[in-house]
Amino acid sequence: MGIETAVQHAIKPALVKTSGLSKKYSQGSPFSRKKFAVDALVDVNFEIASGCLTALVGESGSGKSTLAACLAMLEKPDAGEVWFGGEEISGRSDRELAPLRPKIQMVFQDSAEALNPRFSAAEIIEEPLAIQRCRTTKQLRTRACELMEEVGLSADWADRRPLQFSGGQRQRLAIARAIALKPSFVILDESLSGLDLSTQAQILNLLLDLQTAHGLTYLLISHDFSLVGQVADFVAVMHKGRIVEYGARQPLIGNPQHDQTRRLLDSVRVMDRSFQAAQGGRQQ
Amino acid sequence: MHAQSGAAPWVDSPLLRVRGLTARYVCADQTEPALAEVDFDIARGEIVGILGESGSGKSTLALSILGLLPTNARIEGSILFQNQAHKPEDLLRLDEPQWREIRGAEISMIFQEPRLSLSPVMRVGEQIAEVMRAHGDGTPKKQDVEAILRRVRLADSGRVSSAYPYQLSGGELHRIAIAQALACGPDLVIADEPTRSLDVTVQGEILNVLREVNRESGSALIFITHNPALLVGFADRVMVMYAGRIVEEGPVAQVFRRPLHPYTKALLQLVPQRSEPSDPVQQRLPVISGSLSDSDRPAGGCAFEPRCPARTNFCRSELPSTIKLEGGRRVSCFNYGN
Amino acid sequence: MKYLQRRLAHSIVLLISASVFCFLLSDLAPGSFFDEMKLNPQISPGTVAALRSEYGLDQALPVRYGLWVKSVLRGEWGYSFAYNFPVRSLLIIRARNTLLLTSLAMLLAWLTALPLGVWIASRPGRWDDRLSMAGTSLLLAVPELVLALGLLYVVIRTRALPAGGMVSVRFEGLSLWAKICDLSAHLVVPLTVLVLASLPILVRHVRASMTEVLQAPFIQAACGHGIGQARLLFRYALPAAANPLISLLGLSVAGLMSGSLLVEVITGWPGLGPLLLEASMSRDLYVVVGVVMASTVFMILGSLLADVMLVIFDPRVRAD
Repeated sequence: MGIETAVQHAIKPALVKTSGLSKKYSQGSPFSRKKFAVDALVDVNFEIASGCLTALVGESGSGKSTLAACLAMLEKPDAGEVWFGGEEISGRSDRELAPLRPKIQMVFQDSAEALNPRFSAAEIIEEPLAIQRCRTTKQLRTRACELMEEVGLSADWADRRPLQFSGGQRQRLAIARAIALKPSFVILDESLSGLDLSTQAQILNLLLDLQTAHGLTYLLISHDFSLVGQVADFVAVMHKGRIVEYGARQPLIGNPQHDQTRRLLDSVRVMDRSFQAAQGGRQQ
Repeated sequence: MHAQSGAAPWVDSPLLRVRGLTARYVCADQTEPALAEVDFDIARGEIVGILGESGSGKSTLALSILGLLPTNARIEGSILFQNQAHKPEDLLRLDEPQWREIRGAEISMIFQEPRLSLSPVMRVGEQIAEVMRAHGDGTPKKQDVEAILRRVRLADSGRVSSAYPYQLSGGELHRIAIAQALACGPDLVIADEPTRSLDVTVQGEILNVLREVNRESGSALIFITHNPALLVGFADRVMVMYAGRIVEEGPVAQVFRRPLHPYTKALLQLVPQRSEPSDPVQQRLPVISGSLSDSDRPAGGCAFEPRCPARTNFCRSELPSTIKLEGGRRVSCFNYGN
Repeated sequence: MKYLQRRLAHSIVLLISASVFCFLLSDLAPGSFFDEMKLNPQISPGTVAALRSEYGLDQALPVRYGLWVKSVLRGEWGYSFAYNFPVRSLLIIRARNTLLLTSLAMLLAWLTALPLGVWIASRPGRWDDRLSMAGTSLLLAVPELVLALGLLYVVIRTRALPAGGMVSVRFEGLSLWAKICDLSAHLVVPLTVLVLASLPILVRHVRASMTEVLQAPFIQAACGHGIGQARLLFRYALPAAANPLISLLGLSVAGLMSGSLLVEVITGWPGLGPLLLEASMSRDLYVVVGVVMASTVFMILGSLLADVMLVIFDPRVRAD
């Protein structure tokens, strides 16, 4: 990937933009007077380029999930704005937001918790379609089976419950549910954590295929930089509620500006290099 | 307990000797195999890595060493353990009271995901004290608990000891899980994916703690993981498991430099290594096609055969025997090295 | 402290609303205390009217309510027409009797249900589990009324225990020890009925809550550290299972004044139950209001207790 692609990325329109986003949570016992406020997000400004994969990395507690919730309109920020497709969405009411919701979808980390254990696989995929009143019951089922095949699950398993699937298969199911409404923006919040190396690679490949096929924009959130760094076009580094560095992958990895980014890259490189040394040189 | 030098006979015999371990789960009318003919030894003080995906049987192996398998599990074989009275015991023949003496005191486990494996309604210091009380006399003093927390390099042991799990960070909780496992000085510690949800900087710290603790206490460590990169510079030996069998074993450096089993080779290629600026963005990642759960196990043959790039005609119908090689290496493949 | 202040304010509002509601409903009910007298041809309508006005029954509702509130503040809590006495003295004696019965029942029921539920939860699927599930189902299905009558029948037939009332006729003349024995003998029947009626729900809740907690990973981890069975159940599992049980405890406390009405009436226990029944039938308005308010106070106390206990015992609640 050279300069031309970086320039191409630079001129791609931003699908999602945030400006001055802030959110606090307060904690404390109902009996005590003290309540301490936790700054989950502090003045977050960044953009997500359309059609690209943006990785959001940071340690746990850095605010990544809160940012995801604000972008997905699941939470309202205390201050700042979120724009989607050129329209400001953070100030809107729920009714005004309703038509936009199919366009922004989310895949969570723990599929066992995110999928209703009493629904069958087909019902899980049909639910968002039914809520949006897309089709008749028969069409729902057909569409659900199509989606299952598209994510690599056999349509024969349409009546199985989520807990009968393996972890990787459950994530595929969650992805099928997310793309059912033909979104333009998919947020993946630690969706690959907790999976084995081989399953992670397979799911990432699936995501890349879906991105090409449907023109999706991804925000891939992870604490594992070495995983997401392989496929990201852009990388944003979060630390204590702020985005401390953001840019195209190559320049960021080659020339990190912030301490936090450097720390992250150093730890990853130490592991990579010792692994490569153990293998007796780089494997291509 | 530290290994003593001299002519004491028990020092040279392995701490743990597993032979022919076979396990299956029985539910309703179905039987699911979990482990098949597992044989290995663990010497005192060594760090052994067990590498495998989910479904490889690594968790079943860990649980069977501690006798924590559910009631629908059927186990055969033998697990000989040199207990602290220096007598070999077959762990599969123990009853509950005998198990209670061994668990936590002579063999202990660092469970996955400490947020789930610690009680949410008890202070962390009390939970460590409970383990000590279960195996010692009387209630341990606050200083004893704090001393253990310092051993795992937890700063501010006073505050941490009186905190509840929800008040602590992921890194702190992982250290507490290690502290709990070490509280009574066991000879063998089993760590089941102890760094799973941690980011890479904290992961390195936890591995350091484990390494130091292993050096200081002389207890052996079985480190279970799915990521080969964690074992480099950490484990002495590695055992690669697939579908309930050990398919390759040997010193870490040698196995990684020259993997013999096709599965080990494929697994090593999956490790992400693209952190240099010259590495391009991947359009497609290397994978091992298929998966462990939905491949139909060929009856009588090698379980990896459906996904193996080096398979031959008879791999489907015949089980490869274990071939011992020099340098303490073993491999179970007809086509190893190719 | 802000939390407690808020709850106190809520409680006062609740009490006032309950009293207004009760007043309204009692007024809506047809008839008044002196209706029976009206039927008596020997008493002239004039006398009835005079009595009514004397007791303030001809005043408008808000005025009567105001008078009642004044009476409460004076410490009399209204006036009983039937007994010709301030409600307070009546209420206190009867409430004391009821509390004696119900608090003993609550104590016994909980002290039995907790260990029983914990024990059963630790042995799922075994014979004692099945036996207890069958037993609790049976007890749940049998109405309190039938239990009480059945027990009374047995007691009367066998003459083993007194068949009703709180104390014997010759109570006053007995020594202290004999007094205690006499009271206890009279307690047996109503106490047994109350305990048997509330036991199944408690046992099932304890069992359900414990069963869920026993599946949690931290229990397996503690087992893996060699923690013994008893400690595992009571020190690890039960505190984690306590949340729904604390709410249940709050409900038990809330029902201390009102839960025993039927049993008291059937066994002749001189508590609030018979008093309320009598007063309702004869339209002794202020007694009815007084008893209802006493019940309400306990309901509020019970729910407040449950909330406070939750915060004290569950550190996770404090984090919210």
